[in-house]
Amino acid sequence: MSTPYAKLPAWADYGLLPLINLIVAFFVAGLVVLLVGESPLEAVSLMVKGAFGSGRGIGYTLYYATNFIFTGLAVAVAFHAGLFNIGGEGQASVAGVGVAVVCLAFDSILPWWVTFPIAVVAAAIFGAAWALIPAWLQAYRGSHIVITTIMFNFIAASLMVYLLVNVFKAPGQQAPETRTFLEGANIPSLEPLLNMLGIAARRTPLNITFFLALLAAFGVWLLIWRSRLGYEIRTMGHSPKAARYAGIGEKRIIVITMLISAGLAGLMALNPIMGAQDRMQLGFVGGAGFVGIAVALMGRSHPVGIILAAILFGMLYQGGAEIAFEMPNITREMIVVIMGLVIFFAGALEHMFRPAVQATLASLKPSSMGLKPKPAGDA
Amino acid sequence: MFADVLISLLDLTIRLSVPLLLACLAGLYSERSGVFDIGLEGKMLAGAFAGASAAAVSGSAWIGVAAAILAAVFFALVHGFAAITNRGNQIVSGVAINFVVAGATILFGQAWFKEGGRTPQLTGDARFDPITLPFADALRDVPIVGAIYSELISGHSVLVYIAFLMVPLTWWVLFRTRFGLRLRAVGENPAAVDTAGVSVTWLRYRAVIVCGLLTGLAGAYLSLAQSPGFVKDMTAGRGFIALAALIFAKWKPVPAMFACLLFGFLEAFGIRFQGTAFPFIGQVPVQLMQALPYILTVILLAGFIGKAVPPKAGGVAYVKER
Repeated sequence: MSTPYAKLPAWADYGLLPLINLIVAFFVAGLVVLLVGESPLEAVSLMVKGAFGSGRGIGYTLYYATNFIFTGLAVAVAFHAGLFNIGGEGQASVAGVGVAVVCLAFDSILPWWVTFPIAVVAAAIFGAAWALIPAWLQAYRGSHIVITTIMFNFIAASLMVYLLVNVFKAPGQQAPETRTFLEGANIPSLEPLLNMLGIAARRTPLNITFFLALLAAFGVWLLIWRSRLGYEIRTMGHSPKAARYAGIGEKRIIVITMLISAGLAGLMALNPIMGAQDRMQLGFVGGAGFVGIAVALMGRSHPVGIILAAILFGMLYQGGAEIAFEMPNITREMIVVIMGLVIFFAGALEHMFRPAVQATLASLKPSSMGLKPKPAGDA
Repeated sequence: MFADVLISLLDLTIRLSVPLLLACLAGLYSERSGVFDIGLEGKMLAGAFAGASAAAVSGSAWIGVAAAILAAVFFALVHGFAAITNRGNQIVSGVAINFVVAGATILFGQAWFKEGGRTPQLTGDARFDPITLPFADALRDVPIVGAIYSELISGHSVLVYIAFLMVPLTWWVLFRTRFGLRLRAVGENPAAVDTAGVSVTWLRYRAVIVCGLLTGLAGAYLSLAQSPGFVKDMTAGRGFIALAALIFAKWKPVPAMFACLLFGFLEAFGIRFQGTAFPFIGQVPVQLMQALPYILTVILLAGFIGKAVPPKAGGVAYVKER
């Protein structure tokens, strides 16, 4: 089947269209704010102030962004192979088990800079392991990856409750969480760095995992656009038929891509567990796995776009808390609505404005659309 | 004693499988027409919230049902607009609707009723009461049949009976009407339907509207019959269990009913026997019971219990040849 839409110049495809979609999503969100009887403009200013107005706000914004970079990259890597990994939430929570086991085992005997790399590996392996069955089923039995990863999210949710209540909960403790980790599992905060940059930040959870996230983004760029495997992944995403014809092992690529994707989602667990709470709590993923879908769609599956989109959503998370505090009619769930709208307009309706943009561009400057300008006097 | 436990367990099974059944049949219409819908959860939640809000304000359960259906159909049309008209990714659209509804119900609930995302407790005519079928009391003392009739079959709200009547009705519509034939055809080979001069778009829109209608009923059952009002996130994954049941039933109405009863039974079993130790097995963790529908579906999808083949054109937008 031919692609229904002609190609746009890159700047319009990667810049203009996402921007239009984002603006429409926020416009609709503004209408929702109006409906509950608050002022959208005031909400925006409160949000920006809450997210960037103080050192603490910036710290929190980037802390949330760290989570979303990982989960966004996870979704994006799978997207490149034409797979939809909706299971980031489950993969990240199971990865938390790996992180917690490493921390509980080594926090009294090893320094943090030894514990941390081990935990990174454990997070990636545990996360990937949770995607192994869905990946294998997609590759070898043709079971739809979307459905199986959704099912695995629910299975993971039940598993986490069971493990935290029956296995990890310290005796005599009420809350379903592990004991607090010792010195050897405390990774450095980025507060000193923020203070050095002249941003007075106190009590922010931002930690070195942020750099790991940036590193992962660079790694994904290398993988997708600068490696043989990435080429194979993209070929399969564009045209499974062409990939088969070129002798690319479809099954192998499906499994490997899903494992990489889930491993990235798993790394997200490091940030809240080792960086912020120093223990594993129930529900520590907090929806980041799903935000990753919005982030990947917004960022057009490119690492740079994902980092920007992740910061945007970090801002929404942090600033949204501020709005909920200041405006009685708005609750934290406003962010969930905005997220849904972004997914809707940037994802499901991504083509809606394309014909209009195409027509506008073609009439303004035919050469930008690859059309030959009409010879003078021909009209 | 054993019979009493069994009857009450089965009674609970019926109550718990009704929302699953309605949502599952909703998904059946949509997916049979070639529109994947993972937004069942969101539409059900929208229905539950709109239903409880309208019933709380108007004091009438039937106005609640109407509002529930309107809300769910609205989101069904939104999904249709993205998936059918704009040829967008159907899964992404479903995910988006789930999020928008999950957030918006709490947001509006808090803004309108100020009870932390709940709607006010519904009483009297604002909710559905159990219906006692004729002779239920008279037959109560008849062994076996009497207990089954008076406890199991009688004493449910009207929505329960509607839900189970929807099963033969759906079968009839799908397999014995022209609309049903075309609906199934459009999910398998839309080009053929188009060639026959039938509008693919309009057929799919009708399927999606029916889907909205049934998810609205499912939501209304949750907030107007099962519980006296809306609490946040009250669907709690039922839309996805319904989706699992749909796959389990291989997209057929009567098996869908049995799949929903099975998953309802698992939930009922988990609730009734929480913390009870069984001979040989010991204590079954309640989390395992909760995860069982999903585990079973994965095993089914793996092709170890028969093969679930989805409608061929499912998830693909139809592009007319030009």
